[in-house]
Amino acid sequence: MPAVALSTLAAGETATIAAIHTEGPLHQRLLAMGFRTGKLIEVIRHARFSGPLQVRIGTTDILLRRNEAEKIMVKKS
Amino acid sequence: MPNTGKSTLFNRMTGSSARVGNWPGITVELLTGKILLGSDMVEIVDLPGIYDLHGFSEDEQVVRHFLHDNVPDLALIVLNATQIERQLSLLLQLKQLNLNMVVLLNMADEARKFGITIDTAKMTEALGIPIFLLSAKYGAGYNEALQSVTKALRYTTPGMAEHLRDQLEQDGHIEREMARVLQHSVQVPARLPDNLTDQLDRLMLHPWLGLPIFFGIMYLLFQAIFLFGQPLQTGVNDLFTWLRDAAITPLLSSLPAALQGLLLDGIYNGVATVAAFIPLIVLFFLFMAIVEDTGYLSRAAFLMDALMAKMGLDGRSFVMLLMGFGCNVPALMGSRVMRSRNLRLLTMLVIPFSLCSARLQVFVFITAALFSPKAAPLVLFSLYLYSFGAAILTALVFKRYLPNSEPFVLELPPYRFPTLRQMALRGWHEVYHFIHRASKFIVAGVVLVWLLTHLPPSAAPASADTLAGIIGAWLHPLFAPLGINEQLTIALIFGFVAKEIVIGSLAVIYGLGGEALGGALAHQLDWVQAYSFMLFTLIYTPCLSAIATLRSESKNTGFMLFSIGWSLALAWVLSLAFYQGARSLGY
Repeated sequence: MPAVALSTLAAGETATIAAIHTEGPLHQRLLAMGFRTGKLIEVIRHARFSGPLQVRIGTTDILLRRNEAEKIMVKKS
Repeated sequence: MPNTGKSTLFNRMTGSSARVGNWPGITVELLTGKILLGSDMVEIVDLPGIYDLHGFSEDEQVVRHFLHDNVPDLALIVLNATQIERQLSLLLQLKQLNLNMVVLLNMADEARKFGITIDTAKMTEALGIPIFLLSAKYGAGYNEALQSVTKALRYTTPGMAEHLRDQLEQDGHIEREMARVLQHSVQVPARLPDNLTDQLDRLMLHPWLGLPIFFGIMYLLFQAIFLFGQPLQTGVNDLFTWLRDAAITPLLSSLPAALQGLLLDGIYNGVATVAAFIPLIVLFFLFMAIVEDTGYLSRAAFLMDALMAKMGLDGRSFVMLLMGFGCNVPALMGSRVMRSRNLRLLTMLVIPFSLCSARLQVFVFITAALFSPKAAPLVLFSLYLYSFGAAILTALVFKRYLPNSEPFVLELPPYRFPTLRQMALRGWHEVYHFIHRASKFIVAGVVLVWLLTHLPPSAAPASADTLAGIIGAWLHPLFAPLGINEQLTIALIFGFVAKEIVIGSLAVIYGLGGEALGGALAHQLDWVQAYSFMLFTLIYTPCLSAIATLRSESKNTGFMLFSIGWSLALAWVLSLAFYQGARSLGY
């Protein structure tokens, strides 16, 4: 199964993080929030008007914009 | 880590009332408290929560500098037990600093509900650091942890490695270490039970209902403040009037007339009129505390981010605007969680338009005096809309000069409910803060107003010949087109210092307090003039403290002056448009 961007997942879909294409401070922040390759990630919901996504990694819920979600590649499970 | 309950723990340990809320990054100042532990006096510092040691946001820099400049005898690392899986990485980073540490896994109550089990004995063994589970909110496990803290203080920090930064980059090492520690000591259920937070979010963050529910909640909140606050305020007012007639007037009757006037019509009337707002303020902050503590602010950020992005801001800026409804000063400081300077400046430019509780006092007083009980809450709500409108307009005008590409990544905490203890602490904190301001600004303000309206002694009080009358007449050409008379102009000048003084200074100018002042205003002004005055009060510079904070947070005097200039200009134009528009429509 090829990797796709996290932003393409529909609400309720679960995937495994394949790669994180971010740099610098954002990369650090994502790591600290629990984004790591191999981790399971679930998309809980999307906000209206192309707003942010709500995702869940382990016990942490995180909001992030589509711009950022496009930089995270995942494999659907 | 942010939002793990450090301030709640700090309050429990020191008995203080630091501001707590269910929002990452609520602590932006370093608070300290001294307590007796064992036989030693210990100073405890409440540091802001950080995601990792080499973060780039301002609160993370604050912590890094603090640790660099002051090696603590003991570091209490507060982590969220439910998120131990990922928060462990910060702990391992800190471990490399060779600090003397005790780890407190907070929110043990929530972890239990999630079905997470943590074997602290095994974890202590794996890490070589004492680890305790506790609930700072309810106090469970607190005493055991405190005993161990006392014990650990006997061994002070050996010193800190200077080559800290390079070490911190070794993430691979940290990942392996995390896996090793977690494997034996922590069990997390594979799938979390569908809990209350999920069920509530399905409604609160509903694609179509989310935003209407949000505005509904806000509307009800302000309605409730008005509904409950008004009778309380009248009660306190009556109490002050009774006290004046029954005790203070007879007591002062032997003093010279001028001094009596200053004490009674100046200080007493002014301060009493302002003090009548204490119940309203407590009520307002209690409601705000509930909204903050429940975790709804992050939901508001989620719902509003798409709209805020169009204004060059983000969901967090919106939350700061909401916090600004309490007081603009902490909201301005809260913008430290943003890393992009442009985003911070734009956010700081819009926050002063948030209708803060001090301005709310002015509006509650005037709407109660000039509008029917039915219309008053609607008038108040319309001022909140103007407040948002001014913020939106400002952001739209200036976003192109302050472009940013700050990523928006934010944790969404579960819903939590504040304990009665936390609400009582918060209420007390706000009353204390208010009285503190009152003693500093308000008394000085009303004395000054009294002097201006009674000097020179030859002039009739508050007449055109007094200093106040002269200043009012001088500024009259500027304010006459807005329908703002000379007395109100004087009040506006004092409102520049603090909005709490506005009503107090009107009490002094008219020589009347409480309801009598309301009656005098209703007699002199019609609703169009009053509304124009309220609009101007809403939009021009909030207060001296906010200006000082703008200066210190932006570290740029030019920016501060620009913010003052823009808000004055906007206030003048909007009041003018409203007043002339309403008059030309025949009102």
